[in-house]
Amino acid sequence: MVDLGSVAERLDKNHYETDEKQSHIEVNQDLVRTTGAGPLLVRICAAHVYSLHDDGTIGVLYAACLECGTCLAVAPPGALTWHYPRSGMGVTYREG
Amino acid sequence: MSGAAESVDFDVIVIGAGVAGCVTAYQLAARGHSVLLVERGPKPGSKNLSGGIFYCRVMEEVMPGFVTEAPVERRITRNCLSFLSPTSFVNVDYRDQRLAEPVNAVTVLRAKLDEWLAGKCEEAGVTLLPGVKVDSLIRNGDQFVGIKAGDDEMRCHVVVAADGVNSFICQDAGIRPKEPTKHLAVGVKSVIRLSREVIEDRFNLTGNEGAAYAVVGDCTKGVAGGGFMYTNIDSVSIGVVLRLDDLAERGETSSDLHDRFVNHPAIEPFLRGGELLEYGCHLVAEGGQSMVHDLTRPGLVAVGDAAGFTLNTGFTVRGMDLAAGSGIAAAKAIDAALQKGDFSQASLDDYKVELDRTFVGQDMNTYAKAPAFMENPRLYGDYGLVLSDVLYGIYNLDTSPRKHALPTAMAAFNQSPLKVVQVVKDVLAALRGV
Repeated sequence: MVDLGSVAERLDKNHYETDEKQSHIEVNQDLVRTTGAGPLLVRICAAHVYSLHDDGTIGVLYAACLECGTCLAVAPPGALTWHYPRSGMGVTYREG
Repeated sequence: MSGAAESVDFDVIVIGAGVAGCVTAYQLAARGHSVLLVERGPKPGSKNLSGGIFYCRVMEEVMPGFVTEAPVERRITRNCLSFLSPTSFVNVDYRDQRLAEPVNAVTVLRAKLDEWLAGKCEEAGVTLLPGVKVDSLIRNGDQFVGIKAGDDEMRCHVVVAADGVNSFICQDAGIRPKEPTKHLAVGVKSVIRLSREVIEDRFNLTGNEGAAYAVVGDCTKGVAGGGFMYTNIDSVSIGVVLRLDDLAERGETSSDLHDRFVNHPAIEPFLRGGELLEYGCHLVAEGGQSMVHDLTRPGLVAVGDAAGFTLNTGFTVRGMDLAAGSGIAAAKAIDAALQKGDFSQASLDDYKVELDRTFVGQDMNTYAKAPAFMENPRLYGDYGLVLSDVLYGIYNLDTSPRKHALPTAMAAFNQSPLKVVQVVKDVLAALRGV
């Protein structure tokens, strides 16, 4: 076994400047619920930013985001407003 | 002349200090132009992640001595093309000293490389502005004349969008609408620390030689895409690349596929005992030439990933070399535009002419059919299984009487779901595509 740890434990090793004031991800929960996009977003995000609630809406742990843009690429139009975090915020890769 | 009469803060503003942005900025500064290089990360490289090797010959044209001066990891002299099944690992293992004389490809860690490249830009006179996210472009009619970042506005003759695969700048300019998901893949990667000695032993390497594996088959559980693994000086970069349309359709979870590959019985022994240094992900353009469009607008040029310059031929996965090549072509066209004082689209379209003169435009054209070929689902399942069954039939001496290799191969083939007509078509498509 290669001990990778859980995704949350892996992300703990990364360096982040968390933007405490604003999230760079906004969700149109009605659209996510009606399109059933929640499970897809949960699966495709390698950083496990999204979690599914019982009512079909999703939780967003934006501080964990690795800023790849995959969620935006697969989300139904309008379901997500996603842009890069503000200047100097977000993940800092030290290897890359 | 459009835009020429305006007063500007810089001749050129380059958005994004990756390979494409740095090469463009460096070359323009070296030709005496004033250049601002804006990077949203706190340091160049801090937002960047690569999942492939850097075919770096092109850099000799930009920065002679690149391979010896730049913080590269290992020189790739061993390329493995691997087919993985649940029980087997079949490799075409190509090792050649000629690949080191001169050095053809290197592994890099972008946090180190991009910081170095941006440092070279500063030495050449570029003004580097890290930690600043460009929010939008400034327009004057149809002409792009500068950038906005927060409350700041800066004006220039030409803006270069080098802001990567998501290029919000191109989207803001209204020139590159959202790509279909079959043109995009997500790469999920771990960098795993191992000692130099362990890496050299496990990968059969000496000194600063390196190995790169491109893996198809069971590494993605049949999802279109593949696995990669390559050696750095004292770490191994390993991960999967998953095409978004197929990942969405098959109901798989990206992090699970990554973990499964890393712990595959054929892969895990390479990494055993290693320590995870970094886990990351990045979006990859997989559309090939069909993504290369809308490269210029009045006062605006797109380079690198932002312009769709990536190629997956099955054997080689290329991005950084094309980024550098597109930067060279863009710098030539922008230099000419600055000398003429003409920043119209017609003037900047010299960029496309320059591209077509180089390997960038020509390779994108040569491999135009590669993405369609790579969509073939049999590549990610049946072919690898047949190959391992043929070899199994040859090597599994179970005391039953042997058959010649051809009947053994035919037996394996007949047991697979593959059909002759299909295979012939696939082979022809492969010959034309890659």
